[in-house]
Amino acid sequence: MIALSDFLVLGAILFCISMAGIFLNRKNIIIILMSIELMLLAVNMNFVAFSHYLNDTAGQIFVFFILTVAAAEAAIGLAILVLVFRNRRTINVSNMDALKG
Amino acid sequence: MNIEPIIFYFFSTILVLAAAMVVLVRNPVHSVLFLVLAFFTSSAIWILLEAEFLAIVLVLVYVGAVMVLFLFVVMMLDINVIPLRQGFMRYLPAGALVATVILIEMVLVVGPKHFGVDSVALPVRHAADYSNTKELGSILYTIYVYPFEIAAVILLVAIVAAIALTMRKRPQTKYQNPAQQVLVKRSERVRMVKMKSEKKIPRGDV
Repeated sequence: MIALSDFLVLGAILFCISMAGIFLNRKNIIIILMSIELMLLAVNMNFVAFSHYLNDTAGQIFVFFILTVAAAEAAIGLAILVLVFRNRRTINVSNMDALKG
Repeated sequence: MNIEPIIFYFFSTILVLAAAMVVLVRNPVHSVLFLVLAFFTSSAIWILLEAEFLAIVLVLVYVGAVMVLFLFVVMMLDINVIPLRQGFMRYLPAGALVATVILIEMVLVVGPKHFGVDSVALPVRHAADYSNTKELGSILYTIYVYPFEIAAVILLVAIVAAIALTMRKRPQTKYQNPAQQVLVKRSERVRMVKMKSEKKIPRGDV
């Protein structure tokens, strides 16, 4: 049988991969947004696993709300990305220093 | 012979490989497609965890809407990838080291020692006619109805914000002014013309 720890370790691996992705692709804002989505997926994995093993549906409700907020975040993030690309013709994060003193 | 561990390890291997490819591949379009694969496999794992409704929502809403939006934006923007990849190899050792250390620390906390088979009891499988959707709906619309409405407002705000951010006024585009349309009077639109009635042309003359 699969123990709860297997799912939690899977979530931890996913979280660390996406965190390494933010470190490695620190110039590409698209990959950074996708890494954030992966992090949320890892968190959702933990919620669903706990909900199943502790027999409590509240965890799944929480995943529902996380999905809602993640969809809103992705939509606004991509809108800002399109806006940045339209104005600067690049999505390089290191070029976004217009407010730097 | 228990098939559950086989399914779990099969799908989690694909999931971890797809997640690694998301951050490692050069082309952003491939990266989005690997992310789609990661969402599909994790939805299979959620079905294994008896969260059928959320698994389907993950495929329909996430893969069907959010990932397609990502793909759309990535394909629409003409991105030069080469400057974005600068420093990838330079940050690879440090990033891998930090990620490995954090992973080891997390596994020490959530690993088999504290959440193993002997610590957390194995769950009881539900009967075949158990409806996960019904269970979720019955508490979502009673206990969690207020957060549910707040989530709806958040989605509305997201729609308005996304449209307001990306909409631009071009000078050559024509717009309607609803206020002027409503306030228009009959005299501005209809013109009465007086004219003499025409004579009837006899048959055969044409």
